Amino acid sequence: MEKIPIIKIDRFLLVSIQVDMHDNLALSLQDELLTKITATGAKGVLIDISMLDIVDSFIGRILGSIAEMAKILDAEVVVVGMRPAVAITMVELGLSLEGIRTALDVDKGIKLLNTVLDERENIDGRVTR
Amino acid sequence: MKRQKNLVATMIIEHEGELLIDWLEERSRRNTNLMFNSGLFNKEEFERQASDLLKIFTKGLKEDTVLDIATDEWAEMRDYLSELSNDKAAKGYSATETAIFVFTLKKPLFKLLSREIQAHPEQLTNDVWEITALIDQLGLYITERFIKNREEIIARQQDEMLELSTPVVKLWEGILVLPLIGTLDSTRTQIVLESLLEKIAATGSNIAIIDITGVSVIDTLVAQYLLKAVTAARLMGAECIISGISPQIAQTMVQLGVRFTDVSTKANLSDAFAEALKRSGVVVTKRQESF
Repeated sequence: MEKIPIIKIDRFLLVSIQVDMHDNLALSLQDELLTKITATGAKGVLIDISMLDIVDSFIGRILGSIAEMAKILDAEVVVVGMRPAVAITMVELGLSLEGIRTALDVDKGIKLLNTVLDERENIDGRVTR
Repeated sequence: MKRQKNLVATMIIEHEGELLIDWLEERSRRNTNLMFNSGLFNKEEFERQASDLLKIFTKGLKEDTVLDIATDEWAEMRDYLSELSNDKAAKGYSATETAIFVFTLKKPLFKLLSREIQAHPEQLTNDVWEITALIDQLGLYITERFIKNREEIIARQQDEMLELSTPVVKLWEGILVLPLIGTLDSTRTQIVLESLLEKIAATGSNIAIIDITGVSVIDTLVAQYLLKAVTAARLMGAECIISGISPQIAQTMVQLGVRFTDVSTKANLSDAFAEALKRSGVVVTKRQESF
């Protein structure tokens, strides 16, 4: 069975989707990713979909729910590298992924996560003090 | 059937020179006000084209058993007519003038026919009918090609206009601007949207400014398209700023109930650019003035 690797880098998890997503694969990714977040205590997740040509409504919805679920587990999700054609399709499908952070590539995604997490730490720090 | 057709063909071959002179005469008589005045008419060119056409015409008449130019035997004729109509369209002839080129062949041909087949009146009627039908077909074909040609030119110009009217300009490292000018319809907006997203991906820009200073009217549909562009850009990881909304457009938008929520809007491009620079962490300072 196909599997999508989840790589831990520093305090983030990196998921690079390089195969065509089908429904079962998406569901198992959701399951594994959430388990991994809990196991590693990662505070940020990067989902790289730059290799993805087609995103249907189901995959789009899964991406949205993964982000929401991760948020509950205290991890920020950034979807990076969405292709123009995919972006148009998503908008036409009415999936605007409200509340999910996006970035142009993995590099920019890491920068974004760092800023977000730093901000969060600062706020948390103030509260505890 | 066969005998009669050969008769027409041989007749035309025999009297080719005469036909050509008559044709030219007929042509000049009918076009005095059109062609000669515009200076487009060229006698040598006409003679060359007419004699070429006649040659192919006789060839077709000899080989063909059915007088229908859609058949394979007339392929050469069709090619020649296409070429001719291309040539005429490029030189600025009108559709009528192009068709007249073929139709003026009728009179000299009938003159010849009536003189040569006077002995068999019943065959004359038959022949005249068949030749008329054939020349009509030729005329229609050349006109059709002519129109098709023009349509191609129009389509190409339309494409070029679309390309020209949707430039996406890089303003700064990581900042793109899309100046929209004129009327936005769904086709154009879609192309604009796609080229903007492609450019965002290609340049890796974080911020895109959509400037609508040059847009006179915005309706609900166009507003919806703009919002789609903004959302799609956000999905890719870029922010959009909409600038150049005129007071009139602001009023109509509120009256129509269009809301640009979650999008920052600025009154003019310079404000939007300043905002974009601020967001990318660039500070612009004035140098000390020197006197």
